[in-house]
Order: sequence, then structure tokens, then C-alpha cells
Amino acid sequence: MITSNKNFAIETKNLNLWYGTFQALFDVNLQIKEGQITSLIGPSGCGKSTLLRSINRINERLGYVRIDGDIEVFNKNVYDADVALVQLRKQVGMVFQRPNPLPGSIRENVLYGHKLHKPGKITRHQQDEIVEKALSQVLLWDKVKDHLNRPASGLSLEEQQKLCIARLLPVQPKILLMDEPCSALDPAGTAAVEELIWELRGEYTILIVTHNMAQARRASEECIFMLMGEVVEHSLTSELFVTPQSTKTADYIEGRYG
Amino acid sequence: MNSEMFIESDLNRTNKRTQALYRTLFIIMTLLLILPVVIILGTLVYKGGGIISIDFLFTDPINGMTEGGIFPALVGTLWLVSVALLISVPLGVAAAIYLSEYAADNWFTRIINLAIINLAGVPSIVHALFGVGAFVIFFGFGTSILAASLTLAIMTLPVVIVSTRESLQSVPYAFREACWNMGATRWQTIRRVVLPNAVSGILTGIILEVSRTAGETAPIMFTGAAFFLPYLPQGVFDQTMALSLHLFVVATQVPNVPDALPYGVALVLIGLVLLMNSISIAFRMHLRGKKKW
Ligand SMILES: Nc1ncnc2c1ncn2[C@@H]1O[C@H](COP(=O)(O)OP(=O)(O)O)[C@@H](O)[C@H]1O
Ligand SMILES: [Mg+2]
Repeated sequence: MITSNKNFAIETKNLNLWYGTFQALFDVNLQIKEGQITSLIGPSGCGKSTLLRSINRINERLGYVRIDGDIEVFNKNVYDADVALVQLRKQVGMVFQRPNPLPGSIRENVLYGHKLHKPGKITRHQQDEIVEKALSQVLLWDKVKDHLNRPASGLSLEEQQKLCIARLLPVQPKILLMDEPCSALDPAGTAAVEELIWELRGEYTILIVTHNMAQARRASEECIFMLMGEVVEHSLTSELFVTPQSTKTADYIEGRYG
Repeated sequence: MNSEMFIESDLNRTNKRTQALYRTLFIIMTLLLILPVVIILGTLVYKGGGIISIDFLFTDPINGMTEGGIFPALVGTLWLVSVALLISVPLGVAAAIYLSEYAADNWFTRIINLAIINLAGVPSIVHALFGVGAFVIFFGFGTSILAASLTLAIMTLPVVIVSTRESLQSVPYAFREACWNMGATRWQTIRRVVLPNAVSGILTGIILEVSRTAGETAPIMFTGAAFFLPYLPQGVFDQTMALSLHLFVVATQVPNVPDALPYGVALVLIGLVLLMNSISIAFRMHLRGKKKW
């Protein structure tokens, strides 16, 4: 790339979004830097999930969603006619609140995405490599390497969530969107998954929605605060929590919105 | 005060009695429900069991259907059921996949749903007359296995569609979401995740259909089943005997039939249905055992 500055992985320009007649996002202008972890905080219902889900265009399925403005991923408007949804979702992986491993073994889960995007035979050995690499990246390999053929649903929630992240990696996405990935986990699981997310920094651009302010503080480099469908503040995490620019942000991080 | 905290109160006792009463009531209702099944099966075995033999199953009826076996009817029923399945299963499953996985919730889909519900409510004699008009006469299939099976297929289609759709819907939405978010197309999602996990439920629907198809009389009576035809059908354009119609005939239409004969025919018909049901239930349990969530 040309400039030495960080590039933007995701950029939204005057993004407005309606569910039917209800407007959920108002003039959202965001620039998410490549290779960083950016966290998205705000009270429940403020549009965090909505924003996340419009980036990989999964919201469209609903039929009654209308969007106005631009969403660019690596400087390409994802709503351009020549953007293939399948390719977009390959580049932009998503992790959900509740771990959703697919029915099947741990191994099958990791290989699923790879099979989707690279049809054709690969040797057992190549498969093993993919599985080991992905599971190692999510710090799960040592734990499951001896029972890769067990059903994924038998794992603990924390392990399932890690597997759901691992499942995305073989197709080499550039961006990982995570919607409250730790909210179904206990504190130890949360810490473990946070650690893993921190490890992935640099290699992937990560946009993570969280309810947990301590988590945003610990595990992100930049932080965005949203309120009622609008972005109130976007700054370095270290600044946002210490010297918030807006009184609304201050109120929120001091727990005045719950 | 503290020591009495856990002692049963009068109200507790009344509630307990009421609860016991209702429980008994429900058990009695359930027993009443299986009573007819027991009586029917018992009567059939008692009165018709004696006539069942290898010969009875594998020889033709003779002497004006008062003696001999039921072989052509047995084979005919298998024909009718298989051809009906060949038609209704692909059609019904495809329609269910469309309705469950592709169709948006709009007026068009709602009309289709309404049509399916109404189709399920059409009496079988109406289906029979429709079959005569459409398949026997209009399409010119004549009275044949094809016409009869098509009629049966249409009649049982709603069952297949509704039950298939329900089993597709029972596959958690999170699985689909996971696939889409990895860039799977709808078809890839259906093919690799939804269908494999819905198969056991889909089979149940098909079994239901088999049972119904094998027992129906009205829809095949005018479209393809013959009173008496002491040879086997050679293809789908032939007429055929069928167990259900044969039962009707020997029970009501033919004089001097020995008492045991109709009961024997009924027993074979029920046996056939039960056999198919248990095979598929076994298969379903086998599949469910392999299910990984
Ligand atoms: N599928 C939907 N249909 C209609 N309204 C929705 C839908 N999803 C979310 N909303 C509304 O949009 C707003 C933002 O929701 P969401 O993005 O889920 O918030 P958050 O993730 O911050 O809790 C809420 O008011 C919610 O009620
Ligand atoms: Mg949310």
C-alpha cells in the first residue's frame, strides 16, 4: 500500500439503516483501521449488532431492511453491483453471541469453510495441517488434538466459541466481526477468549461488540461508543475511558445507563 | 413458628389431591385411546390369524374369491404405494424445501400454504373423482396403476410437504446463519447442513404417507384398482388388484366368503403397514443415533 499510515479496513459514510419504518442507524461515519481491534460499546438496542450485520450484508436476508449511504470494505463499496456476497462473507467472518458450532465433528467444523471455498480434493495430510493450524491459532489445539472426531457440541461453551473462530480462519478472512462473543461464557471462558482475540490482532482486523466495559478496555485498541443508533465517540481506547469527549460517553462508562 | 415452616398445610393437601385426580384422569384417557387399537388388532388376529399362511400370501384367489390367496392384491398394493411414493416424495420434499428455505413471507407463499392446508382437507372420494377426470380421462392414462398412484400421490402430498417443512424448520436457525456467514450459498447450506439433520423427520412424514396410501380405497377404486384380476400387473399402465379394495370386495360384495377371509386380508394389510412403519422407525433411530447435536 502507498501510505505509511494505517489503512482503513472498514469505512462507513453517512450510513442510515431502517427496519421497515424504524430507523436503527443514523448517519454513521466510521473508519476502522486495518489490523487493529476496535470495540463497539453502547447500551442494549443502540444498533451495535445492526451495524455489524450490515457490514457483511447478512441483514439483507430480512427483506424489509433499507440502507442509505456507503459501507466500504478495503475501499470497495460492498453494495456495488459487482460484489459477490459469497466473496464478501469469505473476507468478513462473523462470530455470534451464542457459539453456533455446526452439527458434526470438531474436524468437520474447521474444514467446512475451506470445503465451501476451495472445492476439489485435498489430501488427508493437507486437511490435517489446516485443522492443526486453525485450532492452534485459537489456542484450542492442545486440548482437542486427541479427539478431533468428537462432536463439536460436546465441547464447553468457551471451547465452542473458540472453534467458531477457528472455523473462520482456513478461508483467510481479512476482517472478523464479533457480536458479544463472550456474553455466554463464564469469567474464565471470557478471559480465555479475550486472550485469543488479542492474539489474533495484527493478522486480522477485528470489530468486536461488547457489553462488558472492562473487556473493551482490556482487549481493544480503539473504541466506539454508540447511543440510539448514532456514533457518539470514536477514539483510542486508552483515551475514551480516561478522558471521554462527550458527557454521554462519560455517563455510560460510569454506569449511568446500565 | 420455625419448626412448622415445612409442615404440610391444608392447602397443600387439597392441591395434592386435585393433582392426583387429574393425573388419574389423564392416564385413563390415554388408556381409552389405545383400547380401540388393542381391540382391532386382537379381533383381527383372533378371527383371521388362522387363515394366514405362506400359501395365502403367495397364491391367487380362486372360486369367485372365496378361496385361495391374495397374492395379486398384495403385489398390487406394493405397486400402487411405490409409484405413488416415487411421485409424491420428490415433489413434496422439493416443495417443502422451497417453502422452508427459499420462500419469503409474502402473499404468494401464504396462498400456497392455504392451498396445502385445503388440499389436506379434501375428502378422499373427491380426490378419486378428480383422479378419474384428470388422469384416467383427460391425460388418457385409463384405469391404471399410474392414474391410481397419481391420485394417491396428490392426496398425500400435503402430509409430505407439511411434515418435511416442519422437520426442516426444526434444524436450528443458528446452523444456517453460521453457514451463510461463512459464505455458503443457500443450496450449500441446505445440502450440507439442513437436509442431513432433517432426514429423520422427513422420513417420518413419508412413513405416514405410506400407511395412508396403502390403506386408501376410494381414490384407487375408480382409477386403477380392479375387483378381480388374477394376474400380476406388468407395468404402470396396467390395472391391478389392491389389498384395500380386495378387503372391501370380499367383506361386502362377494357371497359365501368364509368368515376368516376378510379378517385375514385386513390382518395382512395392517401387517404390511406396521412392517413398513417399523422398518422406517428403526432406520430413523439409526440416523438419530448418528446425529451430532
Ligand atoms: N430484525 C429486526 N427487525 C426490526 N427491528 C430490529 C431488528 N433487529 C434489531 N432491531 C431494532 O434495531 C435496534 C438496534 O438493535 P440491535 O442492533 O440489535 O442493538 P444492539 O445490538 O446494540 O443491542 C433496536 O431498537 C431493535 O429493536
Ligand atoms: Mg446486539
